[in-house]
Amino acid sequence: MRLLLSLVFALLLNACAGPQLRGTGDLGLIIERASGHVTLVNTTARQPYARIGGLGDLSHASAVYSRDGRYAFIFGRDGGLTKIDLLEAKIVKRIIQSGNAIGGSISQDGRIVVAQNYTPGGIKAFDADTLELLSEVPAEFAPGQFSKVVGLADTGGNRFAYALFDGGEIRVTNFSDPRKPTTQKFPAGSQPYDGLVTPDGRYFLAGLFGEDGVALLDLWQPKTGARKILENYGRGQEKLPVFKMPHLRGWSVAQGKAYLPAIGRHEVLVVDVATWKEVGRIPVRGQPVFVMARPDGRQIWVNFAFPDNAKVDVIDTLAGQVVHRMEPGKGILHMEFAPRGEHVWLSARDDNKVLIYNTENFAKLGEIPAESPSGIFFTSRATRIGF
Amino acid sequence: MRQKALVHLVRQDCGSCHGMTLKGGLGPALLPETLRDKPAEGLTATVYYGRPGTPMPPWKAFMSEAEAAWIVDKLMTQFPE
Repeated sequence: MRLLLSLVFALLLNACAGPQLRGTGDLGLIIERASGHVTLVNTTARQPYARIGGLGDLSHASAVYSRDGRYAFIFGRDGGLTKIDLLEAKIVKRIIQSGNAIGGSISQDGRIVVAQNYTPGGIKAFDADTLELLSEVPAEFAPGQFSKVVGLADTGGNRFAYALFDGGEIRVTNFSDPRKPTTQKFPAGSQPYDGLVTPDGRYFLAGLFGEDGVALLDLWQPKTGARKILENYGRGQEKLPVFKMPHLRGWSVAQGKAYLPAIGRHEVLVVDVATWKEVGRIPVRGQPVFVMARPDGRQIWVNFAFPDNAKVDVIDTLAGQVVHRMEPGKGILHMEFAPRGEHVWLSARDDNKVLIYNTENFAKLGEIPAESPSGIFFTSRATRIGF
Repeated sequence: MRQKALVHLVRQDCGSCHGMTLKGGLGPALLPETLRDKPAEGLTATVYYGRPGTPMPPWKAFMSEAEAAWIVDKLMTQFPE
């Protein structure tokens, strides 16, 4: 009897202790692309705290966050859209929204999640609470012809900017009335491969693959249309082969300049954001894929396409050149900075781990095991425009 | 051993554009049903020399022509995991 009582007391005590409290500002997730898992992590403890499976094909998956940082929306390559609760560490809702998807975005008010699709080409808007389909906007650029959509990014007023790879256009869709979206179209150039919205939400940039240059649209005065910047940066020189498309996002803007990957050249292009004129080029050790500024803008970290994807170069924006070169692991696919940039997490796909480095002295701080890790997404993205 | 490396290359690096499961992405699907009607020699040349005017780069620095042909053969039947 006494034994039974003490058992009951022990159970009661456990119940009182309740679940461990977490602040969402500390949290994030790692995509494990090959096995359909995500590992949930704490960026202060620099440790994983949960792992969730059953997310389908996560190659090239990406995530956006609800405004409170509690929920992650994960866009899988197979068209899966999964809503995860980071506090309860579980899947809240999962739908298959298309045949072949390439990421998504969340509206300024946090109520609409928009997915961008390759097949069928277009975008779809979902209620962030329920994942109910609200509307879809096909990327038809000629009668019966639908384009793959790239570069989708949120801007002010529940508008989303994106580009059509096959259609050569920039489009801006307004979801103020989420069931009756309206779309503006702007000719942009040949084969836009990705896009970004500047951190202030004013400009949309679409990198072009089919020609040298970047298309630029002023979202505050869209009537002026898209214009080209960095035109002919290759100046007729033969391009090096590109074994992986670069990725663009608002993280490229630092200290009044945008740092952009050159296509077919082992260079980072530097553009003055006030004039949109090229102000420099920085040689690096491969075809850049991610060109990411540390949150304070002092450093730019660059990783590379195959066959140089074991390397990472660090540019000092004051010196305007590479100041640190490293080979941290095999298949470095992605990088994510701690919210204020004191450390950076690198996914080493072929080493099956995520590596954590101090960005001030480049010392390795630790590592986290993960199966074929690719994207790393921290909740600090929740409060940023264009993420 | 070399075949294992080629399978890894196709799934992970070709997969950047064609998808890890080869169902397509920015590049077209590389599944047996999508390749069936295409001549194997042409596909091998596309892998080896690339296809100018499209994003498909040449892979000749990383494999022999015979290895490109082996990859195409596997893609057209059943590609190993």
